[in-house]
Amino acid sequence: MSRDVAILWLKPFIARPIALAGLCILLATVLAAVFAPWLSPFDPYAIDPVTRLTPPNTIHWFGTDQFGRDTLSRVIHSARMALLIGSGVVVFALATGVPVGVLSALFPRLGHVLMRMVDVLMAFPALLLALGLIVILGPSVANAILAIGVGYMTTTTRIVYGLTLRLRAETYVEASRSMGAGTIWLISKHILPNLVSPLLVQASFVFAFAQLGAASLDFLGLGAPPEIPSWGNMLAESRTFITRAPWLLFFPGMMIVATAFSLNLVGDALRDRLDPRFRQVFGEKG
Amino acid sequence: MLSVRDLTVSLGPETAPVDIVAGVSFDVAKGEILGLVGESGCGKSMTSLAVMGLLPQPGPRVRAGRVVLDGSDVTQLQPWQRVEAGHGRMAMIFQEPMTSLNPVRRIGDQIAEAVRVHDQVSGAPALARARELLELVRMPDPAMQLSAYPHQLSGGQRQRVMIAIALACRPQVLIADEPTTALDVTIQIQILGLLRELCGRLDMAILFITHDMGVIAQLADRVAVMYAGRIVETAGVDAVFGSPRHHYTRGLMDCMPVRNAGAHRLPTVSGQPPAPGTIRAGCVFAPRCAAAREECRATDPPRIAVSQGHQVLCAFPLNGGGPA
Amino acid sequence: MWSFALKRTGTTAVTLVAASVIIFAFIHVVPGDPIYVLLGDTATPDQIDALRHQLGLDQPIVLQYLSWAGRVLAGDLGRSIFFQAPVTSVIADGAETSILLATMTMIWVAVIGVPVGVVAAVRHGTWLDQGLSGAAMLMASIPTFWVGLYLILIFAAWLGWFPSSGYPSIFEGGVVNLRYLVLPSLALAAPNAALILRLTRASMLDVSREDYVRTARAKGIRPWQVVRRHILRNALLAVVSAFGFTFAALLSEAVVTETVFALPGIGRLVVQSILRRDYPVIQGVILVIVVAYLLINLIVDLSYRLLDPRVELQ
Repeated sequence: MSRDVAILWLKPFIARPIALAGLCILLATVLAAVFAPWLSPFDPYAIDPVTRLTPPNTIHWFGTDQFGRDTLSRVIHSARMALLIGSGVVVFALATGVPVGVLSALFPRLGHVLMRMVDVLMAFPALLLALGLIVILGPSVANAILAIGVGYMTTTTRIVYGLTLRLRAETYVEASRSMGAGTIWLISKHILPNLVSPLLVQASFVFAFAQLGAASLDFLGLGAPPEIPSWGNMLAESRTFITRAPWLLFFPGMMIVATAFSLNLVGDALRDRLDPRFRQVFGEKG
Repeated sequence: MLSVRDLTVSLGPETAPVDIVAGVSFDVAKGEILGLVGESGCGKSMTSLAVMGLLPQPGPRVRAGRVVLDGSDVTQLQPWQRVEAGHGRMAMIFQEPMTSLNPVRRIGDQIAEAVRVHDQVSGAPALARARELLELVRMPDPAMQLSAYPHQLSGGQRQRVMIAIALACRPQVLIADEPTTALDVTIQIQILGLLRELCGRLDMAILFITHDMGVIAQLADRVAVMYAGRIVETAGVDAVFGSPRHHYTRGLMDCMPVRNAGAHRLPTVSGQPPAPGTIRAGCVFAPRCAAAREECRATDPPRIAVSQGHQVLCAFPLNGGGPA
Repeated sequence: MWSFALKRTGTTAVTLVAASVIIFAFIHVVPGDPIYVLLGDTATPDQIDALRHQLGLDQPIVLQYLSWAGRVLAGDLGRSIFFQAPVTSVIADGAETSILLATMTMIWVAVIGVPVGVVAAVRHGTWLDQGLSGAAMLMASIPTFWVGLYLILIFAAWLGWFPSSGYPSIFEGGVVNLRYLVLPSLALAAPNAALILRLTRASMLDVSREDYVRTARAKGIRPWQVVRRHILRNALLAVVSAFGFTFAALLSEAVVTETVFALPGIGRLVVQSILRRDYPVIQGVILVIVVAYLLINLIVDLSYRLLDPRVELQ
């Protein structure tokens, strides 16, 4: 049974080598985050004024920054922040978006009010909303997760709402209702199991865009504290040395692109194997 | 005028093709209406699209056979290539008049577009011709309708517009793929009458595709009955209704309400047609045929000419006479 | 049409009022007393009391909102603590840069996104299509500021073709000053062009499956003419509406790009005001962008309906 499920999920990746590559990159990122202390050749915080701004060489593969810290080690350690922010935003978006979306679709009166509130929140462009929340809450990792998460809560709610409406209209759900099935039964037996696949798609896209959002906040100095290694923070610092040390720009940026691109590829592959009725709900933007 | 020989339309890879139309042959003469009848999914629409050169791409393709229009082989040509090669006098109308016209362009514009392709005129002369065509299809107030948008017309009027567009190429052959299925019964009768009239007046050959035996009885001169991608019986309309020879045709006849007036419950042909790709050796109808024998399941049935112009694809055809 | 316009305008108005409540609340939930926020840390108790009364902060919150909304409608967004000037004039100073940047970006988006999307759709399923669609997804995965930094490195630092930062007004230096906006607009265009590309492609593919396209092909029109006259025109209706949303969204996305290129626009104003704790300016900019966002969407929706002849009857 579980083996069949695994094969079912792997199928879209086997058919598409590029999506498989994306999956591998993600796996590598997770491994890098988990085993960062063992994988890093140097202490990511260790300052060495003698070797500051050395270009990539056999000792420091990715070169060093303005304090002589090893770029490779910092890039590896930054994967932790990337995973933390990404999964934090996904969890927040799902934990808020799923209940609101499902309940709105099942109880039209409540839904009318809630969906209007979602519309109001959507009048705020995502980045602006995040900045406003950071101003109120102050910059920190947790607040960055919250600030970015609110923007994806709205899109997730809309998608869950649309999917649940479709599911509710399905004949078997209608039949189940007419036979007196309770709301909790309906949600746990018919709605939630059918939401798993589309939500996995949504999760990969949210994870991808959370990477870009977090990088922007870090870059503006409003995300993770500057001493914590993150790809966005590394780029913000390297700005001043852009002509003297272009490698400082290259590696962290490549990591953001690789992660976000892989997640988009994976999300795309998963979306294509979704039921066509559900695919429409995602539109093109994801 | 139109001659189709051993037309085979296939899906899937070259190495393992699945035939959705398998070796279909028929002819339609000038001034004649051939009714191609069959259940949905039997391949009749694919046949019509293949004849017209409109198979969706990527998708099914003509793997074998020929489509000959007025002596010229046009099998592998799309409509625009046929026009360029000087064999553009074949046109088609479709099932859904609601969606077959571009919603954001005026009627006159859409007819004139077809006129321009075939007559090498444009501007006012093309619109004048468009108006003539609307008169030809008995459109009320044609001058006004030229500037209308499709949504302002009724379903029947839109189908008239579709016919006008089809007539722009002065067709020798007109293919009509279930053109009245989406219309009300009264409108349906009007459109069928119009097609009958145009067929005679313009001396066209019409290939009329439908699943409705009643429409066939009303309109067609000859009938080809299609089942699972094959034509199982071809005959004049009287012969088909009077003395069907194939067991499947007979089954279809028995399902017609008119013929069973008074019966409480209409008979049906039991079972399902085979899915393409599951077809093995032997007669395709054998699994549903009450008279099937061992032989039917083992070998392909022969095509027997039971009388002049009446062919049947069956080893043991019915011996004529009216339906029971 | 009119009932739709009325209804649509009504929803926008309701959304706008609700959004304004949130924006009004903003100044009350930022850290610190709004009075300190408005006067700065050096205010004397007398000044504080005077201002508290003057602003009506001793009144019920509902009345406070109404009087704030009244001032906003009269064009008064408060005073900037940092600039010691009306917020409206501070925002107006940045408007030229931001609007020109957004416009130039939209030109790139249209010139790159639409034609490439059309090519990908016409060559649907081929290697070219897969390559272009893949490239679009890659572009959407690149942070704009990273693109911006690389554009500075290559075209400003190494090649010296374009200036790397700042923007002197075209009203002072002439149209040549637009060269300051070339690199920023390209950086900002990258992800948005990718989005429009994917949308154009999807929309073209949707339309090409329509029955009326088959009718057009049956007429014997050449494939390219079918694309131009029937598919493209209908597909672009959907794409054009996305243009409106994109333009509106650009106003906020420009925050990062304007920071990278040190452009004196509204986006950088927000970031600097956050660092300076100049809350009235932040509030004013959020209000202006949200209003612009809602109005542009409203206009796009209405004109979209106007362009579609089917609406006449309804």
